[in-house]
Amino acid sequence: MTKAETLPIRSGDDVVRVRQRVRTLCIEIGLGLVDQTKFVTAASELARNTLDYGGGGDVRAEVVQTGTRKGLRLTFEDEGPGIADIEQALTDHFTSGGGLGLGLGGAKRLSNEFHIESTPGVGTRVTVVRWK
Amino acid sequence: MSMDGAGVLKRTLTEDEAAILDAWNASLQGGTSLQSGRIRMAELQTQAKAVFSQLRNAIVSGGLDADGEHFVPLRESLADISRSRAIQGFTPTDTANFVFSLKEPIFEALRRMSAADDSGFAASVLAAGKILDRLGLQTMEVFLASREEVIGRQGQEIAELSTPVVRLWDGILALPLIGTLDSARTGVVMENLLQAIVDEEAEIAIIDITGVPTVDTLVAQHLLKTVAAARLMGADCIVSGIRPQIAQTMVHLGVELNVVSKATLADAFAVALRRTGRKIVRQQTASTEERR
Repeated sequence: MTKAETLPIRSGDDVVRVRQRVRTLCIEIGLGLVDQTKFVTAASELARNTLDYGGGGDVRAEVVQTGTRKGLRLTFEDEGPGIADIEQALTDHFTSGGGLGLGLGGAKRLSNEFHIESTPGVGTRVTVVRWK
Repeated sequence: MSMDGAGVLKRTLTEDEAAILDAWNASLQGGTSLQSGRIRMAELQTQAKAVFSQLRNAIVSGGLDADGEHFVPLRESLADISRSRAIQGFTPTDTANFVFSLKEPIFEALRRMSAADDSGFAASVLAAGKILDRLGLQTMEVFLASREEVIGRQGQEIAELSTPVVRLWDGILALPLIGTLDSARTGVVMENLLQAIVDEEAEIAIIDITGVPTVDTLVAQHLLKTVAAARLMGADCIVSGIRPQIAQTMVHLGVELNVVSKATLADAFAVALRRTGRKIVRQQTASTEERR
């Protein structure tokens, strides 16, 4: 059983909406307060990256189930400039903008599964999963 | 000889004005705008009369292009009407119906005027429908724009209301933050705090984030900037209200808040009092009285 929905990320308000929706979905699959907060924060980081560095995009939220395990998968996609050196982007305190440089690495640490693919000039897709 | 649509429409609006207005007023009277009690019939009739005469003048002198310059006065008065309705809290349906309810009376009058001339009737109905649709849409546009203006103003008011700087004691300020901290709000917060530090000659400012639902790297960065700015002004900051789940998340994110932080505002206030050389003691007499 999967349930999927797509939310746009085009403005700062959309980031807030993504956060609220992810929080609701986290509660639906029965995550505890700490896990909710962690995953919502990860979603917030990735949504803001999509907006600030990817020039806007979409997030696809899916409730996934393997056996008895339930989880939430978020796929952030943009058609921005892409990331040339993913290794470097994941390094803490590295930033190409004006941020703290902790968002991408932090999102990785706050999720159970983290996958990133990016082609310079084509776009970036980041997938994160949090299992209950 | 059959007339073209514009000719029929012009003649109808000029010669059949009274009948059209009567039918329009009757239809407005039955509408929901009146039932809501937000407007009186007399006012509605005045508006209807003014709008109708402007419509007639525009069509007679200018033709059928609702975007043309002859329609400017009419468009302006319709804009005024829908703006005032947006502020008074009318529903979009009520607002749009003011214009759309004019359709039926005009179509009726056109039918009476054209009599057996079917092609003239069809052409004039098409022309009138086009104009009224355009005007109705424009009414809605103004209505929505006015609503958005109201929402925007409320947003600004909320931003100002939700960032009060509170004086807890001589030289001790508290800044309780509530809601989402975006760049725009951080700007307001920082400005308010720095000004309050000057006004109150504050030594210590407590920033309480109990009401901030998510602390991500951007929020952390905004906090750090505010703290750094306050330090430059000579005030020390204490961050309070970090809930357990937020603390864990921040550790995973790798954010280091190099500031004194406390779990609750009360703890932070106690630290602030101690630093400014004050102590809270229980009043001896009161406690002995209780024991008796």
